[in-house]
Amino acid sequence: MNAQLQPTGSAYFIAKETEKPENHTLSVLVDNEPGVLARVIGLFSGRGYNIESLTVSETEHEKHLSRITIVTRGTPHVLEQIKHQLERIVPVHRVVDLTVRSHEFGQERPLERELALVKVAGTGEARVEALRLADAFRASVIDANTEHFIFEITGKGSKIDQFIAIMKPLGLVEICRTGVAALNRGPQGM
Amino acid sequence: MSNGQSERREMTGAEMVVQALKDNGVKHVFGYPGGAVLPIYDEIFQQDEVEHILVRHEQGAGHAAEGYARSTGKAGVMLVTSGPGATNAVTPLQDALMDSIPLVCLTGQVPTSLIGSDAFQECDTVGITRPCTKHNWLVKDVNELAATIHEAFHVATTGRPGPVVVDIPKDVQFAKGFYVPPQMAPRTSYQPKVQGDLERIKAAVELMASAKKPIIYSGGGVINSGPEASHLLRELVDLTGFPITSTLMGLGAYPASGKNWLGMLGMHGTYEANMAMHDCDVMICIGARFDDRITGRLTAFSPNSKKIHIDIDPSSINKNVHTEVPIIGDVGRVLEDMVRLWRATAKTDKKALYPWWEQIAKWRARDSLAYKMNNDVIMPQYAIQRLYELTKGMDTYITTEVGQHQMWAAQHYHFEKPNRWMTSGGLGTMGYGLPAALGVQIAHPDALVVDIAGDASVQMTMQEMSAAVQHDAPIKIFILNNQYMGMVRQWQQLLHGNRLSHSYTEAMPDFVKLAEAYGGHGIRCEKPDELDDAIKEMISVRKPVLFDCRVATLANCFPMIPSGKAHNEMLLPDEATDEAVANAIDAKGRELV
Repeated sequence: MNAQLQPTGSAYFIAKETEKPENHTLSVLVDNEPGVLARVIGLFSGRGYNIESLTVSETEHEKHLSRITIVTRGTPHVLEQIKHQLERIVPVHRVVDLTVRSHEFGQERPLERELALVKVAGTGEARVEALRLADAFRASVIDANTEHFIFEITGKGSKIDQFIAIMKPLGLVEICRTGVAALNRGPQGM
Repeated sequence: MSNGQSERREMTGAEMVVQALKDNGVKHVFGYPGGAVLPIYDEIFQQDEVEHILVRHEQGAGHAAEGYARSTGKAGVMLVTSGPGATNAVTPLQDALMDSIPLVCLTGQVPTSLIGSDAFQECDTVGITRPCTKHNWLVKDVNELAATIHEAFHVATTGRPGPVVVDIPKDVQFAKGFYVPPQMAPRTSYQPKVQGDLERIKAAVELMASAKKPIIYSGGGVINSGPEASHLLRELVDLTGFPITSTLMGLGAYPASGKNWLGMLGMHGTYEANMAMHDCDVMICIGARFDDRITGRLTAFSPNSKKIHIDIDPSSINKNVHTEVPIIGDVGRVLEDMVRLWRATAKTDKKALYPWWEQIAKWRARDSLAYKMNNDVIMPQYAIQRLYELTKGMDTYITTEVGQHQMWAAQHYHFEKPNRWMTSGGLGTMGYGLPAALGVQIAHPDALVVDIAGDASVQMTMQEMSAAVQHDAPIKIFILNNQYMGMVRQWQQLLHGNRLSHSYTEAMPDFVKLAEAYGGHGIRCEKPDELDDAIKEMISVRKPVLFDCRVATLANCFPMIPSGKAHNEMLLPDEATDEAVANAIDAKGRELV
């Protein structure tokens, strides 16, 4: 990018260069056809963009549409490039930067949720403590025997991070996370 | 369309391929047969509407199709087999992607039941070609084959043009299904924006009208948009009186004889074009993409200008250079609006531009393309000048390979019309020019088609001489033979203390004998005073010609913006002493390509 950063005073000044990387959440609506995920991921690896989180599933079966949610990190200029590059992919219908959109609505960020399954093994006091903390985090027990629990927890990424950190000394065995699902607040669709 | 009936007809997949080619107006296909495309070749054998041009290597088929596309404005079509056939197509696919050339590549694939089993001549064609195509398809159901091929042509030729691949397993070629003609609705996710935003075009016109030091910088997008866009560009230049320069890919959109023409810009562009880009106050970029070969050091690129950027691809806007007035749309449509609005609202104060033109005249007087003439040795620039003088009145198409000769051709051959100049710009593919010339000649059988070549590049695809002889394509391969990979050597002189690691070709073939071995015609010329007669002989021969033009071995290509430098830090030919060359690039520029 041209380092000529001073504002130009033009009405068509698109993205102000701040050079500070930000996390943004993108929603990408695509035709659910073979190879479409590979196209999206290949774009990120081929052009050196970051993927912090990726979630994909078919959302409108009869229209064969899938929704891909990507959390990526970059400067505003790079984020704008990512959006345009994604839009070039033929089976991509729409790309919405949910973070930018939430700023337009005067909100700090879009609604973002993640689900995690957390396996904790142990006996005695640690086991009791794990259950008590899980309750505090509104995690539910979906599998258990006398030596382990599997907790299901939903929430913001930061909440899940925190839960996992707490479970670590209590016998954390393994974790599976879905990645971020996100929507903008309010009545409008993407 | 030769077949307009809408009723579905039953046929085999292979028949569908040929029918779909006919229905998309295809007259020529460049290809090479193999196991996985035999059913399609069998269909090609049994008809004569679509002519197949047999090449000697799939890369040749791709570049020939690119040359065909670039010179006609239509899609080029190539047909290759699975596995190595497909992998050999990768270079031309990427080449077409970077230069926005509509190229439809049909590949055979092993039968669907064997996909994934490491079968003979199997490769993951859609996987390998995904990043080097605009889009690609693997067709597993014969009933989707016709619609897929039609869509492939649509995607390749609309929006920002580019290469596409349709991978067709052998069992699908044999299977019977229903053919649909190309009348389906385009998919909703692919709707390129062609009409520019009128408010922004108005803003652009206002900005242009206020300019004191404007410059128009046009590119390959003008040529891709079609002849009308070139026409409108000329009209805009006439109306505004602005100076115009062009990228390598855009040569010919504005005539080199036009009075506002500054010559090509960029790394080996003219002094006046680059200085004007650096000092301008308003830059109008039309169908170009601020490539690193154009901008030089980005932080010093045209620091005091406001920029208008017309491009059909939104991702080109603000990619490398910030733009004040981006206009997304087809160059032709946008120029139509722009010319109309200019006529209606703006008036050029040609007097206000007078100091700017005066400044440009001073830069021009620097004569940056000058070289020292030699009476004993042919200077490469002189060879191209003579070629130009002796062919300019004819119906001529020029292709090139990649290297010094390519830059000299761009500097010293002057183009008056679009679609006359075929070169590998973005990817820089050595070996492009000879097969591209074959493709151009197939499209224009009576034209004079010259590949201005280097001795190193031309050996990369020399085998297509055999294809040219077979198809009576009298292409002229004008080789500037200095026995070096000249541009590699030039960079070794600039960057690596003149240590010429492997850039000298110690065993050069005898190009005259080689031409004769292929059944073509060979000419050798070593003296400047024999050059004109030799070129005339080349033009008059109705056969493929290899012209071995022995040129000064150590000539270098100037002017030059060394890597990491700005437009106003050019190395001019008369300043390019050995010392200046050795110190032209600093440590930071060294890392750049």
